This record gives sequence, structure tokens and C-alpha cells, in this order.
Amino acid sequence: MTAQNPPLLMVEDLSIAFGTEEGTARAVEQVSLRVESGQVVGLVGESGSGKSVVSAAILGLLPNTARVTGSVRFQGTELLGRTESQLRELRGNEIAVVFQDALSALNPVLKVGDQLAEAIRVHDRSLTKKQLHERVVELLDLVGISAPEQRAGLYPHEFSGGMRQRVLIAMGIANEPRLLIADEPTTALDVTVQAQILEVLERIRDRTSTSILLITHDLGVLAGLADRVVVMYAGSKVEDGPVEPIFYRTAHPYTRGLLASLPRVDRRTDRTSRLYRIPGQLPNPHSRPEGCVFHPRCPHAQAARCDRERPQPSVVGDGHVAACLRIEEIG
Amino acid sequence: MNPTGTAAPVPGNKPSGRGFLRRFRRHRFAMAGLAIVLVLAFCCYFANIVAPFAQNDQHLLLGATPPSWRHLLGTDQLGRDYLTEILYAGRLSLTIGLSVAVLSTVVGTVLGVIAGYAGRWIGEVVMRITDLFLVVPPLAVLAVALQGLGRSYLIIVLVLAGIGWTVIARVVRGEVLALRERAYVDAALVLGASHLRIVLRHLLPNLAGVAAVSVSVNVATSIILESTLSFLGFGVRPPQSSWGNMLSQASGYVGTPQGYLLYFPGLAILITVLAVSFVGDGLRDAFDPRRKQ
Amino acid sequence: MTAPVLDIRDLVKEFPLRGKAGPKQTVHAVSGIDLTVRRGQTLGLVGESGCGKSTLARCAVRLTEPSSGTVELGGADLFAMKGRALRAARRQLQMVFQDPFTTLDPTMTIGGILREPLEIHGMHRRRRDEYVRELLDRVGLDPGHAHRYPHEFSGGQRQRVGLARALAVEPSVLVLDEPLSALDISVQSGVLNLLEDLQEEFDLGYLLIAHDLSVVRHTSTEVAVMYLGRIVERGPVDAVYDGALHPYTQALLSAVPVPDPRAERRRERIVLTGDVPQATDPPSGCRFRTRCRLATEICASTVPELVEHDSGHRVACHHPRTISS
Repeated sequence: MTAQNPPLLMVEDLSIAFGTEEGTARAVEQVSLRVESGQVVGLVGESGSGKSVVSAAILGLLPNTARVTGSVRFQGTELLGRTESQLRELRGNEIAVVFQDALSALNPVLKVGDQLAEAIRVHDRSLTKKQLHERVVELLDLVGISAPEQRAGLYPHEFSGGMRQRVLIAMGIANEPRLLIADEPTTALDVTVQAQILEVLERIRDRTSTSILLITHDLGVLAGLADRVVVMYAGSKVEDGPVEPIFYRTAHPYTRGLLASLPRVDRRTDRTSRLYRIPGQLPNPHSRPEGCVFHPRCPHAQAARCDRERPQPSVVGDGHVAACLRIEEIG
Repeated sequence: MNPTGTAAPVPGNKPSGRGFLRRFRRHRFAMAGLAIVLVLAFCCYFANIVAPFAQNDQHLLLGATPPSWRHLLGTDQLGRDYLTEILYAGRLSLTIGLSVAVLSTVVGTVLGVIAGYAGRWIGEVVMRITDLFLVVPPLAVLAVALQGLGRSYLIIVLVLAGIGWTVIARVVRGEVLALRERAYVDAALVLGASHLRIVLRHLLPNLAGVAAVSVSVNVATSIILESTLSFLGFGVRPPQSSWGNMLSQASGYVGTPQGYLLYFPGLAILITVLAVSFVGDGLRDAFDPRRKQ
Repeated sequence: MTAPVLDIRDLVKEFPLRGKAGPKQTVHAVSGIDLTVRRGQTLGLVGESGCGKSTLARCAVRLTEPSSGTVELGGADLFAMKGRALRAARRQLQMVFQDPFTTLDPTMTIGGILREPLEIHGMHRRRRDEYVRELLDRVGLDPGHAHRYPHEFSGGQRQRVGLARALAVEPSVLVLDEPLSALDISVQSGVLNLLEDLQEEFDLGYLLIAHDLSVVRHTSTEVAVMYLGRIVERGPVDAVYDGALHPYTQALLSAVPVPDPRAERRRERIVLTGDVPQATDPPSGCRFRTRCRLATEICASTVPELVEHDSGHRVACHHPRTISS
């Protein structure tokens, strides 16, 4: 982290609202986050937290009906308000994305290798046929597909779900992007397949200079992979910090509650122990609580304060912030 | 624990405002459609009271005259008040439309449910029969049937319904095949519910929307089909009249000053068909508690 | 140990695959499984998608007829029952489904949904509304919401209604088919706690089918690990989780991410290569051998028996060994 260079990705005060039949849905409110070069940043939240809307905003994939304020800067240049063609140039070249649904993202009538070659050629026309083929095999190998020479000649339906997801990651990193956005890349997959995908992401982190923004609902996935973690709840960022403080010196009551509600595969429990339960339900995006969005479910909420005042992120440690009004008191 | 403080996540859904009737009433087009259908039906079936003139009251010397204050829709070639004639003819058209729709929907739904729920073997048999009905050209069958069986409106209803049910049976079967995979059907089976109960309590209520749309579509198609038949000369015969055979009798007047003879029965068909389809949409929405305003 | 209430014996389920062309194929979904559920205890069944665990669950509640084998409920053969006896068995054995969005009939109110089991079994004729309110209260929902429709509730709330429906007939065993997998984490623990409370209160036996190994560890007394239609390892939950003997169980456990960065970065993950073979053509001998790092010739020729290793801990492997930790 150098002070002179702007961060790779800098999101500041991003707010996104949608007009719907039921009124305005404030999907994202004043969210800031940054991704430095070579970092893996995890963006974690439950449904309705706005994490996927943030990624759509970075990629310029929001519908026209969205009202967006704030700023999204990539290598110092503002992305919001850019034209579709400028963004398309950026996507696939500098910023790549891997979505959850691997089956619908691949063309069923084209061979996997050809699709991968196409993804490379769109942005780099200089390669010869032979070089292109070598690159395809190299990429398939990088994402852990065995016998890449033969497999490049197969069709998507001949691949399993986990293999298709890895092909998509290969397509994402084909042009050595500066930033790879992985939006719930393992959500629909079994644990052993998830482990394969996570290993691929680890390999990208270790072997390439590509930064990764990993969007997930699973804190466990981030523990092993992320350098920083950003926690979102109901459209707001509640906590943001380096991975160890987030897990070991958790500051925000929501993050604490989330960690305490997780059953652990690595711990014995006696029969009487109960998991912590965050009371209540996730709020509706059309009628979010006043003040702190988490106060109706928070064990530390204080009347006439948390239900009125909107908490701003306050520093709780080195590079670690939490948006809680009572952060000093609940320590 | 705070189980009760967790309001349902749907705003603006007051505890009142529930139930089928309320949902239907909120559907403005459906209410307007229903009003039109009711007024029309009343005027037709009580034509002896409502109509300005007696049926078949001929004034041969008067002939065809355009709309006037005395004859709001004009008179036909025989000098009969056209409004009166349309109202009387509407009896037959509406009767045919409604009874064909109800009959074919009932038959189609019953067979569709059987085909979708009873399992492979019976389902296959029912669907092959349906296919047989579908591949036969309806107009030819109708024409032949009407020649052979006579042209009473009862025969027309039966033949039209015999064609109409197949489409519904297919749609219903498809829906049933999807519905029976739902977990709530499994849950009912695990609870020990009988198949009859599952059909009556879980399948039919979830099919009601499809059936409602089917009724409205069928009212429209059978009125139009009856018109086509009359137009081709296979429909009801004078002295019985329907909107369809009024159209066919006026067919020679396209582009002449007597064109209104064509337009008014056509308009009657159009209004009925539109009104009924609005009612159908309203019913579909009313059957589904998830629909909001 | 308490008496078994649900006893699955040598259950096999195969069904023909209806393909467009080519030779007829048979899906070997469940290939000879024995499981026992006891009152007041939870048997966790883990495995990945396509391993046959949902088929097994459907057989266990007689939604699907098995090809062979038996399911005994309180000592009586579930598939031999008819009429009155079957109705009585239905009251004993209930199921909770995975998808909170299709588990409730959208055209019925919550009250109607909870009254249905009472109508089917002729229970509480005079006080059904009152009983429905009690049920709602018991699963942590507002009893005043009985007139609402399913779409007015969130996923977690619907899952509670599904649980209340199963409880309405006062069963002794619940088959829980992935009851939490569609829920958000902050909602999941509430349902999990509720399941544990209800088990204690009504002495319920659970067959918990889940792909989430953490949930199973937290809730279960015993655990069975399934791979391609067979049980590969089974035993008391801590014995299996802390001393897994089957290479598949070891890979499965090592793949679960732990919310602890230092532990996670220290851990050696066993990443399985290749994919699960087709259930239409399972490998000979040990079905896991195609992906197993310990496989030898015997694994291809002989099906490993599920043999007891130490008290109650059984493993079906020719080369069982623990990972030294």
C-alpha cells in the first residue's frame, strides 16, 4: 500500500435506489470500500444486504431505473456515468466477473476450448492459432482441469457443475485482468467442489497479480482466502477490516451475531448448547428501520439513540472500522 | 426471543382486504367487464321487455334504413328494428358461448387432472385421445356433424365443446404435472391425505386461475366459431338467429351504405369477447392470494 | 440407548432412466442401506448432491416405493401397511421439506394449512382453531397470523409453519430433508434451536438430511456419510468428525471452510480430483475408488463391508486409517 498510487478499486459513498411498485427500495446506502492491488477482498452479507448490487454497480450492469450516487473509481478513473462501450472495453479486459450460474453462462453448442479462445481473442487479436491453443490449455490447467488438451474439445454439457464453474473462472482471468469479481462462485456447489474452486482462487491469488473481490454469504469461505473483509447488512456497510481482526476482534454486533450463529464443524458441542440466534427477521428493503438498520435485532440497541441516529464508520483498529453508535461502550 | 415482533415482510397488506371477492373487486377492468356482460345478458334474455320493438316485426316497405332516433341501430332489409334483432340473436350467441365454455372447461379440467395425476398409463391414453381430437380439423368436423345431426343449438354446443376441451386438457395436464411435484403435495401425502383430497384441496384451487382464463377464452372462441359456421352456412338457421348468422346475412353489404348491418353484430361480438376476457383475468388474479393491487 | 423407532433395513432403490435413445439405463440411487433412528436422538445423514440421500428420505416416509428392503416404524413394516394401520403410521412419521417456497400451498391460509392434518386424522374436532394458535405459538410465530397467506411470510417463517404442520399430528419421528439450506445464516440458527427444543420437549427422533456438515455436527447424536448410494462411514458424531476413517469422509470434512482465519490457513485441505461417477454406472467394488488416493486392486474387485472399528463407529473401506493430526 503506497500513498501515491490510487487504490485499484475505490468505492465511495455509493448509494443505489430502485423505484418499484411498492415505493423506493434503497438497495445500497453510503457504502465505501477499497481493493488494493493483489488483494483478495471479501464482501459478505445475507440476502438483501446489497452485496450483489454493489458488484453490479462496479461492473456498470445496473438497470437504467437505478438511481446511483457516490463514486466508483478504478485505477483513479471514475466509472459511474461512463458509456456502455467504454465499460464494455473495461469489462473482460481490466475487470472480469464470474457469476454463480455456470450453466447458463456457457454456450451449449460451442466447444469449451473454442469459447475460451474466443474470450481471449476478443481482447487480443495478435495471437496465432497455435499460441491461442497453448493459452487455452494453460488456462484450463491453471483452474485445475485435468487432461486440459482433451477436455478443451468437449462441450459444456460434458462437464460437471464444478468444472463449468472453473471454465468460467478461466474465461474471467483469460486476459489477466487487474480485478476479478467473483459473485457467489461456490453457492450452488457441494463442499468438495467448493474446495476445488477455492483452491483455484487461491492459486490465482498466489500466482497472478489479479485482485479478487469475492462476494459471498459464507464467512467461512473468506476466512481462508480474504485479506480484507467487508460486512454488509440491509444495504449498509457495518464493518470493514483486515481478516484477522474481523474474526478475532469482531466489533459490530451484527458480525458478532453472525459468527455466533454459525455451527462449527471443528468443535464438539454438548447436547445442551444452543447457538446464538439473531432475533427477528431481515428487514424489507422498502421499509428499512430508521437510525441504525440493525437496531431492531441488536442486543445492545439503546432507545432514543440507535433508532434515531445513523451510525458512521468509526475506527476501531488498524484499518478496521465498524458502524455502530455504541462501539465504545460495548467494546 | 422475539418471535412476534417480526412483522410479515409485505407492506401495505392490511388484514382486511383478503378473500376472493375483495381481490376481484379491486380489479377495475374485470368489474367493468362483469358489468357489461351482465347488462348485455339481461338485455338479451329479457329482450321481450327491453327491446323497443317486437321480434321479427317486419316492415318490408321501410327496408334497410340507417340509425335514427326511432331505430337506434337502424333497420334491416326486411324493415325490422336492428337493435331488437341483435338483442334476440344475443340470446343464442351468449347461450352457446357460455355453455360451450363451461362444458369444455369442466370436461377438459377433469380429463387433464386425470391425465396429469393418475400416472403414466392412464395419462398416456387420455393424451393420445386428446391428440386425436386436436389433429382433426374442427370446421370440417363441425360442418359434417351439423349436416348429419341437424342444426339445433344443442348440437352446436356439443360439437364446439367437443373441440374446445382438448386445449384445456393439455394445459391442465401440464399444470398438474408441475403442481404434483410441489412439496406441499408431498406434505399432504405424508400426512395421509387421500388422492381425492389432494385433487380437491390442493390441485383444483391452484388450477382455478388457469380454468378461469380458459373459460373466458372459450366464450370468445365459441362465439366466434359459431359466427364462422353461420357465415359459412352451417350455423343456426332462420328463423333462429345469432350474431353470427346476422353477420353472414349482412356479408354482402361491405362497403355499401348498409355497412352498419355488418358492424353492429360484429361490435356486439367484440364487446362481449373483450368483457368476458377481462372477467377471466380478474378471476385468475382473484384466485391467487399472491396478487396484490 | 433408547429403542429404535424408525428402522431402515437393506434399502435399495433403483429406477429406469428414460433416455431419448440408446440402451436402457438404471439409476442406482440407493444400494443397500441400513439406518436406525431412535427417539429423542438425531441421526444426521450427509452426502453431496446426487448421492441418493433425498431418495432415501422419500422411501423412509413412503413417498417412494423402494425396490427392495424394508422400513420399519415401531417394529411394523411401513410398506406392508394398509388402511387404518397406514393412517396411524402417518401420524407417527412426518417430514419437513427443503424449499420453503413450495412447501406451503399458496392458495391456503396458514390456519387452513395447519388445520388440514387435524381434518385428515379427525383430531381436536372442537378446538381446532385454538390448537392451531398453540402450534403457531410453539414454533415462534404470532398466533394472530393464522389468517395470512404463505407469501406474506419470509423463508424462515415458512419453514416454521412447515414444522408446525408436521408437529400437528404429534409424531414420534421427523424426517428433515435439508430444512435449513434455503435459509439465511441469521435465520438458520433460530430454526436449528427450535428443532432442538422440540426434540427435547416431545422426545422426537430426527433423521436429518443435510449437505452442511457443520449443522449435522451441531445437531446430531450419530452421523452417516453417504457416497453414491452407499453408507461409507457411520458412528457417534464426535467419533466420526474427530477420527474419520474413510478417505471420503476425510475429504468432505477437510473441505468445509471454518470461520477462523488462522485455523483455516493452517489446515491441509484434501481436494478430491475428478467428479462423482454417474449413478447409472457406479464403479465396481468400492464406489469411491475412482477418486481415492488409497485405492488398490482389492478396491475394484470387492465391495467393502461396513465393519465396526470401535464402539458404534463403522467404516466401509479396505484401507481405513485416520489422518494423524
